[in-house]
Amino acid sequence: MKVGLFIPCYINQLYPQVGIASLELLEKLGVDVEYPLGQTCCGQPLGNSGYEDDSKGTCQLFVENFKNYDYIVGPSGSCVYHVKKHFDILEQTEDVKRVRENTYELCQFIYQVLGKTDLGASFPHKVGIHKSCHGLRGLRLGSCSERMDPHFSTEENLLKEVKGLELKTLNRADECCGFGGTFSVFEEAISVKMGKDRIQDHIDSDVEVITGADHSCLMHLEGLINRNKQPLKVMHIAEILNSSI
Amino acid sequence: MAHAEAAAKFNENEAKVNWHDKALWFVRQKRDKQAHKIQGWEQLRDYASALKANVLSNLDNYLVQFEENAKKNGVTVHWAANAEEHNKIVHSILQKHNAKKIVKSKSMLTEECHLNPFLEANDIEVIDTDLGERIVQLAQEPPSHIVLPAIHKTKEEVDELFQEHLGTKPSGGNPEYLTREARKHLRNKFLQADAAITGVNFAVADTGGFVVCTNEGNADMGAHLAKVHIACMGMEKLIPQEKHLGIFLRLLARSATGQPITTYSSYFNKPEEGKEMHIVIVDNGRTEQLSREDFRRSLHCIRCGACMNTCPIYRRSGGHSYDATIPGPIGSILSPGKDLTKHSSLPFASTLCGSCSDVCPVKINIHEQLYKWRQIIVKDVPQPFVKKNIMKAVGSILAKPKTYDFVGKSTRFMLKNTPKSLINSKINTWGHARDLPEVKGDNFEEWYKKKTEK
Ligand code: SF4
Repeated sequence: MKVGLFIPCYINQLYPQVGIASLELLEKLGVDVEYPLGQTCCGQPLGNSGYEDDSKGTCQLFVENFKNYDYIVGPSGSCVYHVKKHFDILEQTEDVKRVRENTYELCQFIYQVLGKTDLGASFPHKVGIHKSCHGLRGLRLGSCSERMDPHFSTEENLLKEVKGLELKTLNRADECCGFGGTFSVFEEAISVKMGKDRIQDHIDSDVEVITGADHSCLMHLEGLINRNKQPLKVMHIAEILNSSI
Repeated sequence: MAHAEAAAKFNENEAKVNWHDKALWFVRQKRDKQAHKIQGWEQLRDYASALKANVLSNLDNYLVQFEENAKKNGVTVHWAANAEEHNKIVHSILQKHNAKKIVKSKSMLTEECHLNPFLEANDIEVIDTDLGERIVQLAQEPPSHIVLPAIHKTKEEVDELFQEHLGTKPSGGNPEYLTREARKHLRNKFLQADAAITGVNFAVADTGGFVVCTNEGNADMGAHLAKVHIACMGMEKLIPQEKHLGIFLRLLARSATGQPITTYSSYFNKPEEGKEMHIVIVDNGRTEQLSREDFRRSLHCIRCGACMNTCPIYRRSGGHSYDATIPGPIGSILSPGKDLTKHSSLPFASTLCGSCSDVCPVKINIHEQLYKWRQIIVKDVPQPFVKKNIMKAVGSILAKPKTYDFVGKSTRFMLKNTPKSLINSKINTWGHARDLPEVKGDNFEEWYKKKTEK
């Protein structure tokens, strides 16, 4: 099994530590993983802004980069969702179909494909999960509070096995943080308000570290936390799962 | 005004936003509890969605069947192609009976057709009898929510409004006192009414009857007291058979207000002796929406309002920010079909979180339709030159690894070296209230290259 590591554009440029943690984690789990050089983006920022037509070249490049891997794994629920959901703008060649089918969010890959939960990590802190919407309601990484399905959560399953980690329950289990890509710029007032409310819920729930499987949401929350000098840290779930003491 | 501006305005009063958000979240939680209580909730949603899909695919037949059966029951059926025709039909029925005082129960369709101002311009008094609707009517505002029309008003605001219009005493917003006064005021209106107008929640094709749901009994009170009952319905309100009511009534009340059943679900079949019953079936853009394959499912809507209560944006921007009869997520996919230019900001008033689609009792894929409208809007509605060209540029940068690499590096260089004061200035919408990420060292690709070269 050969895995291609997909590192979304913003993680590549702004959060290399998340990419590093993802790679190390997969290597630790014995996965034969490679990062195809020359990747850029999944095209989501364009698609969500209404310009999916202008994103065809980007999507095609994605397929070219990853078509020869058995699995494509990336630490970002929303980008993975975009590949799976919106690549129908491309001609559905065998390559395109295979890439869409075999692209996985990192936690989902570890849990569903590798069938592992205990990754040998330890992280003695109080942690709250921000369940990003595209992962939750798009990729169904867990049950969501609107639907009457039995409770489950991929992120929880993995974090529960981390030594010393205390998982906190939030008042609103899966409310959106207000990032939403270009929404965060064009609807600034609401975006900021939603982010503030999301952070407050974590503070009220005695959380020290907010984590999640989508760093774009975390970037938005971190921006607010730093600006307002709040006593919280933000870490991608790969960083927690990869940490040991 | 575009949604973002209106929302920003609403957000100037943060305490009120918090209150609005909590009030609607409270309803959402009530809904969750009720939905958990019945077994097979998801199955019910499947049934309801399939039934609605069936109705939409066979709408012509069901409409004819409904008309036939209603006529047999002694009901007069009218057809209106648009809002104007609807208003004229209602007016002509009222004229025939020389009706001057009308009581109306809640109906989003009559809002959509702007019936009240039309009738008022023709010297007819229309009183909205749903308490929430009456409140917004007194305030001369449109409803801000389809089930909770006055949810944007605090009880203190209602107190002032009643003092001004109903001559009540200052009560500091005492809900019991205010409701009692409203009841007294409305009772007189019911007694004097010449005709009653109601909406329609479900029209049953195989019986020709229809169901109206209210929590205050005001539709019944109006319809039973007045000599003429006019029921106004959008043509998608049909369900095939009477037995299907069991599915829809169970879903509707729980989704709307978190009640097991609406307090009054009244089934109207035929006029009482010596009285008249009319049904006006309205198209007003529905056929056109039906013809748009990507958007036809929006016509499944049973107007429960659950998507509004769950929408994190609606809760923090208020119904009026949508500037449309049907606000919130469902409004944002219905409105562009009516006037693309006027409502072009609505499909963007969402993070595409998908909560609306998962809460919807008839399984409308709202967030997917929002995405689809976005693609249409940037093509059909003139976009700012800069935005359009930036997107084109971004598209071509991301398609070419080398250019992307160069742009990535320069952006990181800029983020590292531009003074904070400039980055966090007003010109940069991101940095206005949020810090930008701190950039250190190599990007991932550079790191990976170094690692693998070793
Ligand atoms: S779209 Fe669905 S949730 Fe929203 S009002 Fe209609 S039926 Fe209710």
